[in-house]
Amino acid sequence: MNKGVKSDPMLRSRCEQHGSPTHCEQQDTLARLDLSPHNKSEGIAHDVSRRSFVKGAGALGALAAAGGILGGTLPHLPQFTTKVAQAYAESETKIVWNHCAINCPGRCSLKLHVKDDEIVQVETYSLDDDDINSIQPRACLRGRSYRSWIYHPDRINYPLKRTEGTKRGEGKYTQISWDEAIDIIATKLKDTIDKYGNEALYINYATGVSASTGRTWPRLLNLLGGYVGYYGSYSTAEISWITPYIYGSSAAGSTLNAANDAALILVFGSSPCETRQGGAVSNHDYVAMREQTKGKIYMFDYRLSDSTVGHSEDWVPINPGTDAAFVSAVAYELITKNMVDEEFLHTYCQGYDEETMPESAKGMNKSYKDYILGTGYDMVQKTPEWAAPITGISAERIRSLAKEIGTTKPLYVVQGWGSQRRSNGELTAWAICMLPILTGQIGLEGTNNGLREGSYSISMDTIPAGTNPVKTQISVFSMVDAIDRGPEMTEKRDGVTGAERLKTGFKFVVNYAGNCITNQNSDINWVHDIMVDDTKCEFVVGTDIVMCDSMKYCDVILPDLFRLEQDSMIGTGGDGAYMIAGSQPYSVKYERKSGFDQCALVAKKLGIEDEFTEGKSQSEWIEELYEVSRKKDDKLPTYAEAKKMGVYTRANPKGANIALKAFREDPIANKLTTQSGKIDIYSEKLATYIETHEFASDDKVTPIPTYVPEWYGVQTVTEKYPLACSGFHYRGRLHSSWGGIETMKELNPQELWINAADAKPRGIEQGDTVQVSNDFGTVELLAKVTSRIISGTVAMSQGAWHDANMDGDRIDKGGNINTLATHRPSPFAKGNPQHTNICEVKKVG
Amino acid sequence: MSRYAFHFDGTRCTACKTCVFACKDKNDLGLGYAYRKVYEYGGGETIKDANGCFSTTAFTYNISLACNHCEDPVCVMVCPTGAMHRDQATDLVAVDSNVCIGCGYCVLSCPYNSPKVDRDKGHSVKCDGCTALVANGEKPVCVMACPARALDFGTPDEMQKKGKRANIAPLPSEGYTKPNLFIKASKDARPAGSDEGTVTNPLEVL
Repeated sequence: MNKGVKSDPMLRSRCEQHGSPTHCEQQDTLARLDLSPHNKSEGIAHDVSRRSFVKGAGALGALAAAGGILGGTLPHLPQFTTKVAQAYAESETKIVWNHCAINCPGRCSLKLHVKDDEIVQVETYSLDDDDINSIQPRACLRGRSYRSWIYHPDRINYPLKRTEGTKRGEGKYTQISWDEAIDIIATKLKDTIDKYGNEALYINYATGVSASTGRTWPRLLNLLGGYVGYYGSYSTAEISWITPYIYGSSAAGSTLNAANDAALILVFGSSPCETRQGGAVSNHDYVAMREQTKGKIYMFDYRLSDSTVGHSEDWVPINPGTDAAFVSAVAYELITKNMVDEEFLHTYCQGYDEETMPESAKGMNKSYKDYILGTGYDMVQKTPEWAAPITGISAERIRSLAKEIGTTKPLYVVQGWGSQRRSNGELTAWAICMLPILTGQIGLEGTNNGLREGSYSISMDTIPAGTNPVKTQISVFSMVDAIDRGPEMTEKRDGVTGAERLKTGFKFVVNYAGNCITNQNSDINWVHDIMVDDTKCEFVVGTDIVMCDSMKYCDVILPDLFRLEQDSMIGTGGDGAYMIAGSQPYSVKYERKSGFDQCALVAKKLGIEDEFTEGKSQSEWIEELYEVSRKKDDKLPTYAEAKKMGVYTRANPKGANIALKAFREDPIANKLTTQSGKIDIYSEKLATYIETHEFASDDKVTPIPTYVPEWYGVQTVTEKYPLACSGFHYRGRLHSSWGGIETMKELNPQELWINAADAKPRGIEQGDTVQVSNDFGTVELLAKVTSRIISGTVAMSQGAWHDANMDGDRIDKGGNINTLATHRPSPFAKGNPQHTNICEVKKVG
Repeated sequence: MSRYAFHFDGTRCTACKTCVFACKDKNDLGLGYAYRKVYEYGGGETIKDANGCFSTTAFTYNISLACNHCEDPVCVMVCPTGAMHRDQATDLVAVDSNVCIGCGYCVLSCPYNSPKVDRDKGHSVKCDGCTALVANGEKPVCVMACPARALDFGTPDEMQKKGKRANIAPLPSEGYTKPNLFIKASKDARPAGSDEGTVTNPLEVL
């Protein structure tokens, strides 16, 4: 809430539409006098008329889109002008709070200006103060451009059915009634369960909605006997899988502001300002930390990201996928030059050296130290000279960095999720954690455990999913595999859990608020070929806001509401916590319905409405869930207060979260949930897992954090595909959300970052159109020739909207990196290695 | 001396463009128009040596730039109709759309690429410093939008305490128009007139 808002809202809204105070006064006068023909002929009124038309054109579009209040045809100018001017005189702008709900922990505040039942401006929660640490969940550029999405012509407004005679992927749909849509869905659900059992049902991973009542399909399907679930996420598959082996099941990183007390800060595979752009999450928190810490920062990255602009001295260029090689060489220096914290390693860790190995692995040179010193495993000394050609960091620089790392305390080591979204991601994520482990820089002021930064958040209860009677799960990345060859997929080879193998392929898939069928899934061309075959997966129901690429593979599509169009509640945080109590800003347009109401209709059709709703509307659920949360957190305001406030913030009473603080203080009383109760550098449990599971012959798997070259990486490029190709998060989208918004695309173009040394021999210059190809496909985009990326690796932001003629050349003119990404899963997590790609680049035309 | 000035903290800006889109939302700007722009300026080299190891002299920084409501606003000076004027209440430079004939002299003269002629509207358009908000005691929408708190607005005296009058590349030397933009420059910043770098995001600055 801005301080110093003096005007009445009506006056203010008019002023905002007319720029200068001179105009404001004129408009005020105009409003009071109404529009007479006489006044219209005056210069002032003439100006207002013209400006009103310009402004009103947008409003008219909105009104027309909102159901044809004006009949959907543009009236002549004078008539239109009069209507709008009268509207100014009669209606007021109200402020309604709501929140962004896409898959960023930001979920920032939206201060909606609502007029004539339409959203006319989107502001945010902001304080006019000079305290960089004040908690202000300011929405990012995406939040500020919501109107472009809400009112987008491609908005889905009615239930749709795939047009008879067309294939999935063609994107041709016919409008149907809600009755017909619900009837089709309910019938298909019942038939699928009858014919194949509940293990033929699946809810695809999706990240388009975060709110306390955001996910209702699991509740519905559980009431019908359950479905096959998934574990992991597309964001964190590899690191989420390996972390319990290192630190136990509840490990989280320190908050970023813990680094305020650090003397040295190492950041791997992370661009905090791009991945979480809000005003009270990593973007703000990283900037605030950088300004307040006395610590030196090193950003290990293959590109100089937007998080490092203006601070290029922080950048340490490194080959992608080689973080573990760098860490190993630093470990070699730390060990051979007596810079490790042996007391910490012997007290808090298992597997550093022979002395700390479990009985099952003693006397076999299986310790981490054996790996580093070349007395075990591959028998190679991990010297800086060994690592230099792999990482691209000179041996001399590795030595100097190792010295700094070994002698500077406190040391704060943090990784993003870029390092782990690779074919060697599990071991790489673990390896990065070795730097704070070896130096004993864990659980102390100014330190982190090497995982991603944690947060101080407000916790909100979510609508209960109930109990899933089906215990079988797959990796989040395996849906299309399971559709293609479900019964072949086993626990030992394919990461199925809860059962030895899948009983059936998936025959009924729900895709609610997500774009992970194709757009955000690896190897889009292959996925397309599986999904178009409706004898494999027999039915896909999609629910979304706009016709994104994944919707084109759905048989019935339901028109969803944005969370900001409904009552909604979310709690989240970064360095500081906040909660947003959102209210429905305007009436529901067209035939859109909330996810809750959609599921309730299906439940009703199947005779389980009462079980599903428990007699409550979504808004009543939100209030009830909030009261449950408030019982656990009595500092929360009452529901009525929360709704009135819109935005509630809370500073971390501890100042900062320090990862593993309790464990550091007392490792016996606060032992970890790992097998040893300590930090596992050698994991006996993982060794057993490796022995009892099947891996591809070129998957190198070890029970300690080793460096393994990627399948498609800087060390495995070929003559045909001589460049590595990596992806990154981009300001213009959150994954694929906002990917279809023209104004966002205009100012955030889809570009291939390429070093001059790679561009020049290919005749590529800044702004050229280029094609990037490999065995999986071809994408087309613009070249950004820049010193901000290393040579030998090119990069494009992930999430661009796939745009290819799938019955033609399949060249993806949207520049979606997933057209180039392999669907081969990572060895342990069976997760998505979407940054592990090789390619060739050529100039087009 | 003008009554208001912007401050831009180049050490905080992360190039996210929230300022740009907050402005576009408030002013209903569609494709082709942005009253605030974020320039990426940079240069240097990142090279790989014979051993496959990297060294870099790369530098890059951003400037978030709208109208600087200059002390010597050349756009006002060249305007043949008086449409481009200083607002009496705030000193902010604004277009009087009643008077503007869309000749484009302001576009040609402004060394900051601020005004643009909107041919559909038939007149020049640009950042007006959110005059109406300022007159109400508030700050411009871009300033209150920045997630990294890299923008501020206030009296030139206040803003001068936070930074120096804009004099870094790719902006012209401060002497031309005395911009009411005060910048806390990042370490990467190069002085105005430097030929060490170039604008590296030409497509993104309309």
